[in-house]
Amino acid sequence: MEQIKPDKKVDIRGLVCPYTFVRSKLAIESLELGQVLEILLDYKDATENIPKSMQDHGQKVLKVEKINDREWIIVVRKEKE
Amino acid sequence: MDFTDDQIHRYSRHIILPEVGGKGQERLLSSRVVIVGAGGLGCPVGYYLTAAGVGTIVMIDNDNVELSNLQRQIAHNTERVGMPKAESAKKTFQALNPDVKVIALNEKITKDNIIGLIEDCDVVVDGSDNFPTRYLVNDACVLVGKPLVSGAILRFEGQVTTIIPRQGHCYRCLFEEMPPAGLVPSCQEAGVLGALPGIIGGLQAMEVLKLIIGKGDVLQNRMLIYDALKVSFRKVKVPKNPKCPVCGENPTITELQDYEADYCRMNF
Repeated sequence: MEQIKPDKKVDIRGLVCPYTFVRSKLAIESLELGQVLEILLDYKDATENIPKSMQDHGQKVLKVEKINDREWIIVVRKEKE
Repeated sequence: MDFTDDQIHRYSRHIILPEVGGKGQERLLSSRVVIVGAGGLGCPVGYYLTAAGVGTIVMIDNDNVELSNLQRQIAHNTERVGMPKAESAKKTFQALNPDVKVIALNEKITKDNIIGLIEDCDVVVDGSDNFPTRYLVNDACVLVGKPLVSGAILRFEGQVTTIIPRQGHCYRCLFEEMPPAGLVPSCQEAGVLGALPGIIGGLQAMEVLKLIIGKGDVLQNRMLIYDALKVSFRKVKVPKNPKCPVCGENPTITELQDYEADYCRMNF
């Protein structure tokens, strides 16, 4: 699979909803269109909620991946201001 | 601008909204709103704008809190009877949100101080209870070019309109001259049901927030009229009047007048 190099990384481990999404949204707002954000998290519910909310807001979810027992990364490309 | 952790929590429900987001919240935090009157309308408008994180709120009112105000003026309380209303509102708002700078002016708004008061603000809110002030605020906002969210209440009815000078109507496009003194009763004479200013003030606060974040429609060239007894909202068209004495093509009002004196002369 093609390796995507993120333009920005945000670590939201320790946060729960809705702050997981609030932090992720602020991070994506700070990017330019077409740039990619990588989100590192450990709150399982947010692995479904963040991608859904990002898509609702017009962003492109490129990847949701479990990287170990308790942690995931979500990769999102900014497609809408 | 970087938000603090507390700000991210406090404004999270704004930031989540696509129409607001971090950028809209930054706009709110860096905006300045002048509220004329700390009474029935000024209290809920100021309360919601403070909660929303409007950076600077200037409240001007020269009255003191009275027991008879407390049935509807929700920023005041029983212990504050006798305190200047602007000061009482400031205490309430500062306790709600320390991000907001509240400037309380315990003075009457006049043709001599209004321009200095509004010239560096983003939006003006009229929550006054008398026609001389209403016309003074309208004319000043048109002359300086400031958006004005105007509200009025009486008995069971209220109205809201948003004036964007030059682009849309102004108050004088609708009512060219003040009604004669004594023709329209005041709340003091006619009464007002307690929750009414909350509804109208809430609508005014919403208009202000939309103006600041630049999203949605506002009541430009429209007036929203609420009838509490009938539970009806009517939105009526208010066209811009090309012959309006203040915002028309050939205005006759090019500077502020002595509105109180004009009003009193109408008694004769």
